Order: sequence, then C-alpha cells, then structure tokens
Amino acid sequence: MSRIESTFFDIGTMDTISRQDTLVHRMDPRLKVLATLLFIVCVVSFGKHEISALVPFLVYPLALTVLGDLPVAYLLRKLLVAAPFAVLIGIFNPLLDQEVLVRIGPLSLSGGWVSFFSILLRFTITVGAALILIATTGYHAVCMALEKMGAPRVFVVQLLFLYRYLFVLVDEASRMVRARSLRSFQGKGTGMSVFVSMAGHLLLRTMDRAQRIHLAMLCRGFDGTIRPFRPLKIRAWEVMVFLGWAGLFIGMRLYNVPRLLGTWVQGFVS
Amino acid sequence: MHMADALVSPAVGASLWVAAAGLIGYSSRKVQQDMDDRRIPFMGVLGAFIFAAQMINFTIPGTGSSGHLGGGMILAILLGPPAAFLTLASVLTVQALFFADGGLLALGCNMFNLGFFPCFVAYPLIYKTIVKDKLSERRIAIGATLSAVLGLQLGALGVVFETYFSAISDLPFFTFVLMMQPIHLAIGIVEGLVSAAIVVFVWKARPEILKWSVSAKPAPAAPLKKVLAGLLLATVVVGGLLSWFASTRPDGLEWSVSRSTGEEELGAPKSGLYAWLAALQEKTAFLPDYDFKGTRNEAAGDPWPAAEPGTSLSGLLGGSLTLIALVLFGLFLKRKKKQHVPH
Repeated sequence: MSRIESTFFDIGTMDTISRQDTLVHRMDPRLKVLATLLFIVCVVSFGKHEISALVPFLVYPLALTVLGDLPVAYLLRKLLVAAPFAVLIGIFNPLLDQEVLVRIGPLSLSGGWVSFFSILLRFTITVGAALILIATTGYHAVCMALEKMGAPRVFVVQLLFLYRYLFVLVDEASRMVRARSLRSFQGKGTGMSVFVSMAGHLLLRTMDRAQRIHLAMLCRGFDGTIRPFRPLKIRAWEVMVFLGWAGLFIGMRLYNVPRLLGTWVQGFVS
Repeated sequence: MHMADALVSPAVGASLWVAAAGLIGYSSRKVQQDMDDRRIPFMGVLGAFIFAAQMINFTIPGTGSSGHLGGGMILAILLGPPAAFLTLASVLTVQALFFADGGLLALGCNMFNLGFFPCFVAYPLIYKTIVKDKLSERRIAIGATLSAVLGLQLGALGVVFETYFSAISDLPFFTFVLMMQPIHLAIGIVEGLVSAAIVVFVWKARPEILKWSVSAKPAPAAPLKKVLAGLLLATVVVGGLLSWFASTRPDGLEWSVSRSTGEEELGAPKSGLYAWLAALQEKTAFLPDYDFKGTRNEAAGDPWPAAEPGTSLSGLLGGSLTLIALVLFGLFLKRKKKQHVPH
C-alpha cells in the first residue's frame, strides 16, 4: 500500500522539481528536448563494447543536475527502480560471450562483461537524461515543445489531459486500495474478482467524470486547442548554449577523449 | 514489458520511431475526422484510468504472486483502434518520462509493441471477428481474452526482434523467444481474463457504451492498408539507410552491391557526396556496427579495436581520469552556484 502512494507521490515530486526557477529551467523547452534527443542518439550509437568513450557523456546530466538544483539521491532512486529489465537482459552477455577482450596486466575481462557494463552505463546515461529533461522542463512545457515541433494537436491535447487527470484518478485508486487492504485479511479479498469489480467501478466513474469534464469545458468555450499560458520564445544566447552542447556531444562521439587522454598521459609518463 | 534504450541501436530505434510517428499521425487524423469532441476528454481520462488501474494489484490464483492490468485491450474495445492507440501512446510517453520505463529512443519500439499490436492487429482480427455486432457476454469474454493473449504474444515477439536486430544483447534469437513467449503467454491469459471481466462488467452496467463503439464507424479498411504500406516503406528506408551508414566497414554496401550487379558500373559515384559520406563514415563510424549473427564469424578475424592491451589500458586510464575530472567539474559548478546564491 505504501508503494502505491509513493508512486503517486513521485509524480508530484517530479512536478515540484520541474517548477523551480533556475537557469536550466528557464531555457526554452524545444532546445532541451532536441539536446536530449541528440544526446541519447550519440550515446546509444556507440559499439556494444564501448565503455571509456561513454564516460565523458556523464558531463551533460551532471551539469544539468548541479545547475538545475536537482535532488541527486531522488533521481538515482528512480533509476534503480527502472533498472531490472536492462539488467535482466544484459546479464546474459557475460555468459554468452566469454572471449577475452581486455587484458590489463594479469587481469582479463571477457567481451560479455565489457558489454554488460556498457549496457549498464548506457542505461544510466539515457534514462537519466530523460528524467532530467522532465525534471528541468516540466511536463506541460515538453508537450508544448512537441506541438511546436510538429506533433499532431490531438495527441498533444491527449498528453495534457492524461497528465491532468492522472493526479485525480490515482488519488481515487489509492483510496480504493487502502479501503480494500483494510478489509482483506490473509490475502482474502485481493483476488481477481474483487479487482475486476473495483476496476470496473473506477472505470464507470471515470467515464461519468469524462462527460462532466466535457460539458464543463464546452461551457468555457473549449474548441480543441489548449493555449499555453506563456508563449514560447527562443533567445539568442539559448541557441548558442544549445549549439555548444550539440558540438560537444558530436565531438565526444567522434573522438574517444579518455583514450586520447590516456595515451597522452602514458606517453608523458614514459 | 518495456523495451529499454540501453538495448536499442539507433537504427532500430529510429525506424520504429518513424513507424510510431506515422501511426500517431494517422490516428490523430482519424480521431479528428470521424469522432465527436466527446472522445477527446474521454481518451484523456481513460489514459489516466489505465495508470490508476495499474496501481491496484491483485493476486493471481494458484501462484501467490501479484499482477496488474496492462490495459491495451480494454482501450481498444472501448475506444476503437485509432483513439486507443493514441491513448496508449500517451500512457507510454508518461511512463517513459516519469517512471523511466524504457526510454526516449525506445519509446517508438514500445508504442509499436504495446500499442500497434493490440489496437491494430489483435483487436480487428480477433475481437472484431468473434464479437461482430452481436454483443453477448460469452462473445465479449472469449474475444477479449483471445485478443489480449495474441496482442501480448506479438508484443513480446516485437521485443525479441528489436533486441536481436540491435545486437547489443548477446542473447541468441531462439533462446530469447523461448524465454519471452511462455512468460507472456501466462501474463496474456491473466490480462485477457481480467480485461474480459472488466469489459463485461461495463457492458452489464452501461450497455450503451459498448454499443456506441460497435456502431461508431465502419472499419477503415482501405486507408489503413495504404498507411501501413507507407509506414513499412518508410521504416525500411530509414532502417536501411541508418544501418548502411552504421557499418564500420565502409565498403559493406558497395561490396554487396558490386557482388550482385557486377562491379564496374558502380565505380563512378565514388566522387562527390558519396565519396564524402564514405570518407566521413570511415573516419567516424557514426553508428555501431551491427554484426548480425550471420556475419559474426567473418568479423571474428578482425576483433574489436579495443582488444589490444595497449589501447584498453589507455582507455581505462583515460576513463578514470575523465571521471575524476567530471567529479571536480561538478563540485566546481556547485561551488560557483553557492557563491551566486546570496545576491
């Protein structure tokens, strides 16, 4: 039961974080969406045995986390919760690919382990980037950016509606679950038949609610569009910042910075 | 089960993004065209309902474990394919953004696996043919159960194909199929039974809702086919282009083309854009090489560049130094910010 409420609380926390007013939060959402996409594509485009070249990419989430005042522990916890699938599939790599790939002194590492660590690193970076996007931009702004970038209006309106009613319905569902768990003992009453009637009632109430909402919206002149409170506009310095990051991503993609650095240091030492 | 960014290659991710974007465009037009406004808040609230219903766990009989609703089939039955697809796509978007389920690049894959299959394949092929226009408790129950099972099976197969073609995971195709399909058969049956029961519940309480969606409109047969053909084409083109661009051996395509056409005629385009692209690609190998399992043995002759001990040592050394530099950078930024605060 506590899990349910904490999941709900999560969305609320994310929403609160995204309403902060920092330099990162004030940037235009379109640029942030584009930067995040470019970032993710650059990261996943590496070969599956790549680890060292992925490390410098951490600079982007790191900079945004610090500049955007994001709670690190909270974001890491979210990452952990989402990790199982990637780990589950990735963990087979060490079993399947046992050819030795890396040899450093007496230590040797098989290709499977290398690619497994690469999967973990990719997971952290890409999922982290998505979480940070929402934490620094906010859901509404992301939706508005999507519409400006050509997503169909019906879909954007759908995204906004979904988000708005998420809070209401999740509240309702968690009240129902609490009521059920207070009345069910030793697992009795948590079965499928009770679930079906709970979900069915929730669904019926949901549909009534939809009808009321629609009437209320019509009364207020809804014509299928949602108008943003604050018009989006891109300032010149934001474009410069965006281009700077984009250049950095592409540079880090083309040149393996850690390896160059390592070679240089080795050469320097010897 | 959500596909994850970490397992997707850019070519697969982008191809399915194109497909998903096309389906969103098609569905949006469809929804705008032939539905009344009432559907729009209805879709939004139903999307939120799916989340809410997923928060109510139930125990699965005989196993003691607990499960929750997926919801694709319920949406398809209540809303019809285009509106249901849009709703599911929005649910998946929120999951990707807030719950880190999957990821942004894999979002296209997820929309395809969890949205396209139940709404555009299982629903019209199974539910519609079983239920037709004759609503009855038995027909609804059988139709909903079977189509939920089929939808999930196809979705699981989608995950397998996407993972396989991305070649990030080493899992062999058939092992993965054998892992995924039985699990998802079990999940599908539970999902099917629950979906059927909920739909029947709604039908008993408010029969007009289901009747409305049955009589809403004729199935959009011809345009959908065209759209699908177009999507398939676009997907193949994007996937093909990207994976050509991806091959680390720049002459991969050239080689296969010359193999099949007889070489010399294709010598000409070696200048200009093509040559430039090839050079760029040679220099950068922008996307990883997809060693499809067939070509793997060939490639074994020249292993990954990192295999030399020298380069892996410098990689490790450089990687650690970079990490240290990053931590210092973070601390520096934090310091800087703190100094700014007092103003």
